[in-house]
Amino acid sequence: MSILLIEQALNGVQYGVTLFLLAAGLTLIFGIMGVINLAHGSLYMIGAYAGMYAAAETGSFWLGLPVALAAAAVAGLAVEALVIRRLYNRDHLDQVLATFALILMANQAIILMFGRQPIFTRLPAGFDGSVQLLPGLAYPTYRLLIIAVGLAVAAGLWLLINRTRVGMLVRAGATNRDMVRALGVDIRLLYTVVFGLGALLAGLAGYMAGPIGAVQVGMGEQILLATFVVVVVGGVGSIRGAFVAALILGVVDTMLRAFLPTLLRQVMTPAEADQLGIGIASMGIYLLMALVLLIRPRGLFATA
Amino acid sequence: MTAVLEIAGLVRRFGGLTATDNVSLTVMPGEIHALIGPNGAGKSTLINQICGELRPDAGAVRLMGRDITAATVPERVALGLGRTFQVTSLLDEMTVRANIGMAVAAREGRTFRLWDRLAGRASVWAEADALLRGTALEPRAAVVVRDLSHGEKKQLELLVALARRPAVLLLDEPMAGLGHAESQEMIGRLAEVGRTTPMLLVEHDMDAVFALATRVSVLVYGRIIAQGSPDAIRNDPAVREAYLGAEDELA
Amino acid sequence: MRAVILILAAAALLALPFAAQAAGQPALITLATRIAVYAIAAASLNFILGYGGMVSFGHAAFFGLGAYTVGVMFHHAGAGPMFGLIPGTTHLLVTIPLALAVSGLAAAAIGALSLRTGGVQFIMITLAFAQMLFFLFVSLTTYGGEDGLIIRRPNEFLGLNLRDRVTMYYVALGFAAAFFLILWRIVHSSFGAVIQGIRQNERRMAALGYAPYRYKLAAFVLSGMGCGLAGALMANVLRFTSPDLMHWTKSGELIVMVILGGLGSFFGPVFGAAAFLILETYLAGWSEHWPLALGAILLVIVLFTRGGVAGLIARIGGALQR
Repeated sequence: MSILLIEQALNGVQYGVTLFLLAAGLTLIFGIMGVINLAHGSLYMIGAYAGMYAAAETGSFWLGLPVALAAAAVAGLAVEALVIRRLYNRDHLDQVLATFALILMANQAIILMFGRQPIFTRLPAGFDGSVQLLPGLAYPTYRLLIIAVGLAVAAGLWLLINRTRVGMLVRAGATNRDMVRALGVDIRLLYTVVFGLGALLAGLAGYMAGPIGAVQVGMGEQILLATFVVVVVGGVGSIRGAFVAALILGVVDTMLRAFLPTLLRQVMTPAEADQLGIGIASMGIYLLMALVLLIRPRGLFATA
Repeated sequence: MTAVLEIAGLVRRFGGLTATDNVSLTVMPGEIHALIGPNGAGKSTLINQICGELRPDAGAVRLMGRDITAATVPERVALGLGRTFQVTSLLDEMTVRANIGMAVAAREGRTFRLWDRLAGRASVWAEADALLRGTALEPRAAVVVRDLSHGEKKQLELLVALARRPAVLLLDEPMAGLGHAESQEMIGRLAEVGRTTPMLLVEHDMDAVFALATRVSVLVYGRIIAQGSPDAIRNDPAVREAYLGAEDELA
Repeated sequence: MRAVILILAAAALLALPFAAQAAGQPALITLATRIAVYAIAAASLNFILGYGGMVSFGHAAFFGLGAYTVGVMFHHAGAGPMFGLIPGTTHLLVTIPLALAVSGLAAAAIGALSLRTGGVQFIMITLAFAQMLFFLFVSLTTYGGEDGLIIRRPNEFLGLNLRDRVTMYYVALGFAAAFFLILWRIVHSSFGAVIQGIRQNERRMAALGYAPYRYKLAAFVLSGMGCGLAGALMANVLRFTSPDLMHWTKSGELIVMVILGGLGSFFGPVFGAAAFLILETYLAGWSEHWPLALGAILLVIVLFTRGGVAGLIARIGGALQR
């Protein structure tokens, strides 16, 4: 039982860092630009499809990676330049509508190019096996890779934000936009950099998630909604909040799905237990969000 | 005699900065108490704490002897604390008359009604019209606020606040941005209102302050450095030095 | 003038089934029925979005709950009481009030939490809670799970046959008329004025002594109930309900209808719902990739126009006159 517990906890951490990669970009974009970007999940999907395509053409997972990153970043920069830039001074409703329109278009464009069928990709060479972490616990190396990459990105972001000039501007921008403008910084360039970075991270998350689930249309929105919960729980604008919330929610979600039906079987029939267990498990993170909202309406690490 | 409004030992910090540093002052019945201070002295922070938009870290706000430190903005308003905004804050898509009507309706209550007709509430509109009567805004009653001039919006701010019949009125720079003639008119109006309603007047315009105030407090770097009659303040060397620098401004 | 237009519009709506049948286009009647039902949902959303300034991206949840109320009650009318306690029913006069109660309670819970914050959090939270309900119904295999629930017989209502598309049209039209009458009263009530004041300037309203939260929550609940009513009617039109009705894209579509009709315009949602459903019907007939075109149209409208279709027409008209 405890081996299983550790395994699922690791799965939860892996899901959590994936959520973090998306949430970091989303929360930065909102914190600094005041823009809500529903199409963030589309960048995740674009990264996954572009990388998967390149990997299939070249036969190498690793050659797919730069393509995934580049595709997501380019798509992100194009979206920023053509759409988001016009929306900085608009209200949230316009931002929601425009980025909703982008989702509709991105999904259909992908269907036109790749069809509706989910595409399953192979694990990269060297990461298709598992390692013996503990006696009796063999854990897939690829999932460990995702965890490592996610933690590395988190550390990198921490350094970027706390140790560099760009990071200083990002921090200043999140608390006081006018001050950054008053410093004579080209705020437009800062916005573009932040949006591009967010897109890059989304593409990275999408490409890495490919071999674990399936690459399919709608993958972006599914994870986007969980990402929203992460951002709300962590506190909008807070990277640290996003990290903590992503890990907590990733683990809670995975654990509930893995163990709740089994636990409920102790008190009810298996069929009922499975149904109720899966139902509650899929609502778990949302109920957790409700709880956080009751206690701290602005999130765990609210900036203001 | 109890103070209408009493602020006792108010403290508010932002990070390392103490924006309000142990501020105490009172507004007595019949009084127009002016609060002056250079930019950045912490006047807005103080006003926001009195109104309830900002919570103090320490200290208390009392309205007619009653502690309202923990009360919300609408609760304070209901208890008789009125205010005007420095940057006019009105219902921009409604007419002048409707803005006053909303204030009258708020005082009358019974606004949580889904099945009445606001347009048909005679008492509300009779009172709104009465408030407008004789003012410069009377011929502009049907104009949407968005289309008013700055001076007109400032006048409306005052009318809206009066429509709530406040026990004490907080005026946040009512002269800001007004031309000379408009200022003179506003001073006359405030003097008239001051006869019945005690006020805390935050103002930069020294002409207005010395024309209206019965007492003046000087706020510098979040602290009250002097308090007294207008004449005493005018001649206080500490005030001249710390706040004005240039002597002729107080003349 | 306004009265004349209203009478003419009412006459046209009443005559529509005859005209459609005379023109050999009976499918138009069903389309008109769906427009009437979606107009109720969109107008409910418009009440908080256009009048109240609350951007809810989760209103499909209440629409879906209304539909599921009809579906679940039908299911239990055949399969025995729910939890062995609550008997099912197939009477519209029972299912509609029940749908109002269920969607109202859900809106009260979701609204109470999401209105604790504002702005962008509010959007994300309403979206998230709606998705939670979506997942809940996907997991409820008793009620068909992902596949949904077929309602073999529409509800009984005053002895009418709701399976007949003309009858269903008139019933939907009747409910829509009553709904818009009630909404008109609410918009012009003291409560309605406070809601509009809060959108224009919440800080000012607080300084007048209005406590915004309870007004906003009440408006949110009313709005959710309106969507619940629409959902219950839709279940009878489709004779089917599924989690798709509460999918987050449905919430987006409701917002799009409101925008197409013009934010905060009283009858705008009627035109918005009509524009959207007609567009959907024709684009879908033209290509399965119609969301691409819809997305492009929406993007153009958001980026380049203000005030929805009404605003667009006004602008085109203005340009032509110049």
